[in-house]
Amino acid sequence: MSKKVAFLQGNEACALGALYAGCRFFAGYPITPSTEVAEVMAKELPKVGGAFIQMEDEIAAMAAVIGASLTGIKSLTATSGPGFSLKQENLGYACITEVPCVIINVMRGGPSTGMPTGPSQSDVMQAKWGTHGDHPAICLVPASVQELFTETVRAFNLAEKYRTPVTVMPDEIVGHMRERIVFPEPGELPVINRTAPSVSPQSYQPYDTSFGDIPPLAAFGSGYRFHVTGLNKAQDGFPTTRADIVQAEEERQVRKIENAVDDIVTYEEYLLDDAEVVVIAFGSIARSARYAVNAARKNGIKAGLFRIITYWPFPDRQIRALAERAKAVIVPEMNLGMTVHEVRRCVEGRVPVSGIFRVDGEPISPNEIFARIQEVR
Amino acid sequence: MGFDYEKYIRPGKLPHIWCPGCGHGIVMKGLIRAIDALSLDKDKTAIVSGIGCASRLPGYMDFCTLHTTHGRGVAFATGIKMARPEMNVLCVGGDGDGVAIGGNHFIHACRRNIDMTYLIMNNNIYGMTGGQFSPTTPFGAKASTTPYGNPDPPFDIAKLAIGAGATFVARGTAFHAAQIEKLLIEAIRHKGFSVVEILDSCPTTYGRRNKFKSVVEMMNQLKESAVPVAAAEKMSPEQLEGKVLTGVLYKENKPEYVAEYGKLVTRVQESMAG
Repeated sequence: MSKKVAFLQGNEACALGALYAGCRFFAGYPITPSTEVAEVMAKELPKVGGAFIQMEDEIAAMAAVIGASLTGIKSLTATSGPGFSLKQENLGYACITEVPCVIINVMRGGPSTGMPTGPSQSDVMQAKWGTHGDHPAICLVPASVQELFTETVRAFNLAEKYRTPVTVMPDEIVGHMRERIVFPEPGELPVINRTAPSVSPQSYQPYDTSFGDIPPLAAFGSGYRFHVTGLNKAQDGFPTTRADIVQAEEERQVRKIENAVDDIVTYEEYLLDDAEVVVIAFGSIARSARYAVNAARKNGIKAGLFRIITYWPFPDRQIRALAERAKAVIVPEMNLGMTVHEVRRCVEGRVPVSGIFRVDGEPISPNEIFARIQEVR
Repeated sequence: MGFDYEKYIRPGKLPHIWCPGCGHGIVMKGLIRAIDALSLDKDKTAIVSGIGCASRLPGYMDFCTLHTTHGRGVAFATGIKMARPEMNVLCVGGDGDGVAIGGNHFIHACRRNIDMTYLIMNNNIYGMTGGQFSPTTPFGAKASTTPYGNPDPPFDIAKLAIGAGATFVARGTAFHAAQIEKLLIEAIRHKGFSVVEILDSCPTTYGRRNKFKSVVEMMNQLKESAVPVAAAEKMSPEQLEGKVLTGVLYKENKPEYVAEYGKLVTRVQESMAG
């Protein structure tokens, strides 16, 4: 039997990926260039018995998503730069309370209102450091319409498995491009649901670490009564200021992601085996980089591409390994230098790293990257 | 035998954080009595709050409780209610939480007429942070950030709720303890967004700055300024000067949001099947 194929926009594929993953609640607020995610969810959720609500603002949308998820329903919101800034408050709340949810942030120019219809990759640091305090972060950066579908499914899986918010951040080009997509059959991609408590309601604690670093999460309304607060809390969910408990809980929340990098971190290696010039890119710019690498190979230059798919946790180990054999690293990105700092941190001066930065709303072309490959070879 | 409050209080979570003379405990007792009178299922009832003294209430209560971010309680509660319409959703908080930082969520929940009850304990001050003026601090009153008197005119929370479209709006005071229970029973029974404002007092950060000599004096002011709506109808504007109306101030039946969304889902699914 042939698979279902369609010609879809990235944002549309994202919404359909969420539905495939079992998402049944969406709360959002209109914002360019992510609005199509909300529009598809508004149309599709009633068909599957889910609920869509357009909230009064971005903050409320993030809040409603957390509230809905606490009842055991997989929940999604979608936004872009200015909205992502507003969501940081309750994103932090989801981190400390460990409530699974997925946030789509289609990256546009900034800061502030910036360039609403222009592409950008300048929110990647905000995805990790945007909300105050120490907290874990998982952020996925797909590069195609197909991948926006599958990475949204994976985002839900990671959110549910690790009891944490996950951001999916296509740049505007990926969000708005139209491409062929092959729909996975039901059951073809894994769909993970959060671990329900195995203990009685009387002995349930929402942060019971006797079950490991990721304690089971009960659903409101399921017979388990418990307390959730944004204050630092003990294993029973109630606020505490006891130094040893606060330290241990904060460390556990970060550790639960750090210890799972092998499960979470994904990337694509293209012609890297003998590469002397390595281009590290993500999202739509990785597509330009692939063209540039191909052009370089045709010209006898040993170039390769490392494409970041999981931005946070950052692929530290893999990039460190690249530095052992590469002669030069190029980081093209649609910002004024963000990923380049992470790459330099990983390579620790063992190889020269240069960036190609654009924030003018234009993508970085294959020619620009190819020219740099020729310069640094 | 007296009323068994402990049935609804989490073991080991008292004493509460509220100062001596604060009315929040009286309001919590009223809420417990209302919940008891309505026989709400503890497993199917969520109590949600924002940030502030009043917002600590859910932590003491043996229900599904959610202590959220400042002003956002109603928005979190909206997500719970939309996802699980069968749950009873109660939201609690103070004046700063509800109508300053949470003002946008408040008016839109009123407009949506989503079925939940919002209990606002209005003590006219930010108590937890040490007594800064709130959107309900009276004009001219002293607060830590209005050392020369408050230049801001206050909100009337009940009028704001009615104007924004809430379909049940009531007001009581922490002095009139028995009435709190009655108002909350009627509010929770109401199908739609119900707002119950309880005028409260903060002796610690408001009273001592504004020449109240004692908690009793603050309680007496609540007692004397309250006029039941029925009594007010027979009073002249002069007699009503400086008074606040208490009781059920507004009630109407209008389509409720979650029920309407449920109808929409049914309609969409029927058109798919047909």
